[in-house]
Amino acid sequence: MALDFSLSVDQEAVADAFGAFFAAESPIDVVRGAEPLGYSSQLWQKLRTLEAPGMAVPPHAGGGGATLSDLVVVAETLGESIAPVPLVEHWVASRAHPAPEIVSGDQIAAIALRPADAEGIWRLVPGGAIAGVVVGVDGDELVAVQSSAPMVSPHNHGSAPLADRSARGGQRVVLGEAADLERHLDLWRVLTAAALVGIAERAMRMGVDYVLERHQFGRPIGSFQSIQHGLADLPALVDGGRFLAHKAAWAFDVGLVDGVGVIDMDEGIVTEFAPLAAMALLHAADAAAVSTDRSLHYHGGYGFSLEYDIQLYFRRARGWANIIGDPSLQRRRLADLLWGRAAPTAGR
Amino acid sequence: MDFRLTDHHEALRSEIRACIRAHIDDEVIERAHRTGANHCVELAKALGDAGLLGKAMPGEGQDPMVMWMLSSEAEKAGAPFDSVGMALVIAGVLNEAGTAAQNQRVTAALLAGEEFVCFGLTEPDGGSDLPAITTRAVRDGDEWVINGSKMWTTMAQVSDWVFLLTRTDSNAGRYGGFTVFIIPMDTPGITIDPIHTMSTERSNATFYDDVRVGDEWVVGEANEGWRVVSIMFGFERGMANTGALTPLLRRFSKWAEASGVIADPVHRERMAQVAIDAQVAELLTQRTAWTAAIGEPSGMQGSIAKVFATEAYQRHSRWAQAAAGPEGLLGLNEPGAAAEGWIDHDVRHSVPQTFQGGTTEINRNNIAERHLNLPRAR
Repeated sequence: MALDFSLSVDQEAVADAFGAFFAAESPIDVVRGAEPLGYSSQLWQKLRTLEAPGMAVPPHAGGGGATLSDLVVVAETLGESIAPVPLVEHWVASRAHPAPEIVSGDQIAAIALRPADAEGIWRLVPGGAIAGVVVGVDGDELVAVQSSAPMVSPHNHGSAPLADRSARGGQRVVLGEAADLERHLDLWRVLTAAALVGIAERAMRMGVDYVLERHQFGRPIGSFQSIQHGLADLPALVDGGRFLAHKAAWAFDVGLVDGVGVIDMDEGIVTEFAPLAAMALLHAADAAAVSTDRSLHYHGGYGFSLEYDIQLYFRRARGWANIIGDPSLQRRRLADLLWGRAAPTAGR
Repeated sequence: MDFRLTDHHEALRSEIRACIRAHIDDEVIERAHRTGANHCVELAKALGDAGLLGKAMPGEGQDPMVMWMLSSEAEKAGAPFDSVGMALVIAGVLNEAGTAAQNQRVTAALLAGEEFVCFGLTEPDGGSDLPAITTRAVRDGDEWVINGSKMWTTMAQVSDWVFLLTRTDSNAGRYGGFTVFIIPMDTPGITIDPIHTMSTERSNATFYDDVRVGDEWVVGEANEGWRVVSIMFGFERGMANTGALTPLLRRFSKWAEASGVIADPVHRERMAQVAIDAQVAELLTQRTAWTAAIGEPSGMQGSIAKVFATEAYQRHSRWAQAAAGPEGLLGLNEPGAAAEGWIDHDVRHSVPQTFQGGTTEINRNNIAERHLNLPRAR
C-alpha cells in the first residue's frame, strides 16, 4: 500500500460508464424538465436498469457491494450533470435499511438529516418529496417509515425534492438507536461532498468555455488577466475537495472508524473517518460555492438569466450543501471531533 | 486512491523526525531567529551523515516523497531548515546538469550537510521577469569575467557557493544566451550586503565586480543556462513550504486552551477551518510528490499547491493574531506573548511566501495558461 492519487482501473471504468450515462440520459434539458420538483422518474428507471440504486448495499443483502470510494466516483459524475435523482440519499438510506424493494430501486428511500421534531415530523427531508421510505431518528430510535410520497416540494433554492415527512404516520420499522444516525450522516456528507466536487468541476469548465467564447474589446474575455486569475484559484479548491472526499471514503473502506483512525493535531495527521467526512463536505461546499459564483459572474447578465445553465449549478451548489444545516455549526461540530468538546462554561 | 504511506516511508519519516528532534531545541531555534539565518549546521550534518540528504535530493530516479517528508517534518518542528532545502535543490540541478568534477566537489559536500549554497538569480530590475537580468559574464582568454548584482541572495553569509545566473549573449533571444555558474563564495570580487526584513530572516544583496572564474564552474553548456534554471524551478516548486498551517494551529490551540479561549464557538469554528485548509494543503502537496514519483511533470501541481497553501497561511496567521488580542502582538520570547510569540512570527514569516519562489501572480498566469488552457494574457 502506498500513497496513490489515481483511480483504480475499475473505478476509471465506473467513472467513464456513469459519466457517459449521465451525459446521455441526463442532459440539461432533462434537468430543466424535472424542475421545480427536481426529480425525473424516467431517469430513475434508467438507473434501475444499471442496478445503480442497490450499489451501496452488500452482496449478501442483494446489493452491488460497492465500496464508499466507488460510490464517491459515481456521485461526482452525478454532480457534474446535476442529475435530478436522489441517488445519494437513497444509497445512504439503503445501507441503513436494505429492504429488497429499496435495493431494487422499486421504492425510493431518503434519509432525514435532522431528528423528528416534537410533533413527530421530519422537516425538509432531501428526497422526501418523492421517497416511499424515509429513514431517520424519532426520539431514541432510528426508524424507517413507509408512507406515500407527496410528489410535491416547496419552491426551493436548489430545486431539490424536499418535503416534511411524518415519522409516525406510516408503516414503521425500528432499525436501531438514535446514535446510529451519525454514521449514516457521515456517509451522506462524503457522497454529497463528491457530488459538490462534480458541480465545482463542471462550473469551472463552463466558466473557462464561456470566457473563451465571449468577446469584448475585440478579444475573448478569457485573455484578460483579472478573469484568468479568478479562474486559476479554482483547481486547488476542486482538487482539494476531490482528495478529501476520497480520503474520507478510503478511511471508511479500510476501517478507520470509531477511533481506529488517527487524530493527531500536533502532527497534523487525521485518518479517522468522521472528521474527514466533515472536512470533505465543508470544503466541497465552499469549492462549489466559489466555483459557481465566479463562473456565473464571468457570464455577466447571461449567467443571471434562466436561459443559461450556470444558474442551475449555482443554486444547487448552495441547495445541496446547506440542507444539513448552518456550516458554522458544522465547523463547530468538526472542532469537537478534533479537539474534544469544550467545557460550556469556560471562555472569555 | 490510497492515503497510506508505505512501511518504508513510515520508517523513513520516523527516522527523519527523530533526527530533527535530536538536533533542534529552543536554543537552536532562538539562534536562527537572532542571527537571521534559517540554518543549522549540526542538523544539516546529522541529516547528511544519516544519508537522508542523498535520499531527499530531487531528480530522476529519486524518491520525491523523501523531500516532502523532510520539509514537512522540519516545518512542524520549527527547525531552521531553509539552507538545507536550498542545498538539496542545487544538488539536484548539478546532479542533472553538472559535470562529474562539480558533483564530486560540490554536490557531495552539499549532500553531506557540510557546505551550503545561495541562489543568485533575481536582480534589482529582474524579478518575475527573470530574463531581464543584466549581470554579465564575458569571455577573457580561458576565463569568464562576471559583473553585476543580485538581490535576495538569502543565506549568502553562510554559503560556500553561489548558483549564479548570468547573461553571456544578449542577441540570442529572450531565453537564449544565459549561462549558469556555480562559484565559490570566497572568489575575489564578491561582496555581501545584508538586507534585514520585517521577519527575523536576513537576506542579502550580493555584488560581483570583475569576478574571474574558469570553465570548470559553468553548469551545463555556456549560453544554455535557461535550461539549467528551468530544472531548478521544477525542483523548487516541488518543495514549496506548504505545511505551515499545522504548527500554526498547534501553537494557537495550545494557547487557546491555556487561556480558555478554546471554548469560544467563534474561535472553534475558525480553528476547524484552519484544520480543513491544512489537510487540503497537505493533500495537494502529497499529490505533487506522488506525480513526480510516477515520473510525470509535477510543476503545475506544485504551483496549485503553493498558491493555495501560502494564501491560507497568511489568512489564518493574521486571524490567529487578531484572535489572540494584544498578546498576539508580542514578539518571540517576550514575556506574556501568546504562544511564546510564534503567532506574531507566523504573521511576519508568512508575508514573503506569496512572492518568494515564484509570485502568486506568475503562478496564476501559469495555471490559467497551461492548466486551464486560456490564452496568453501578456
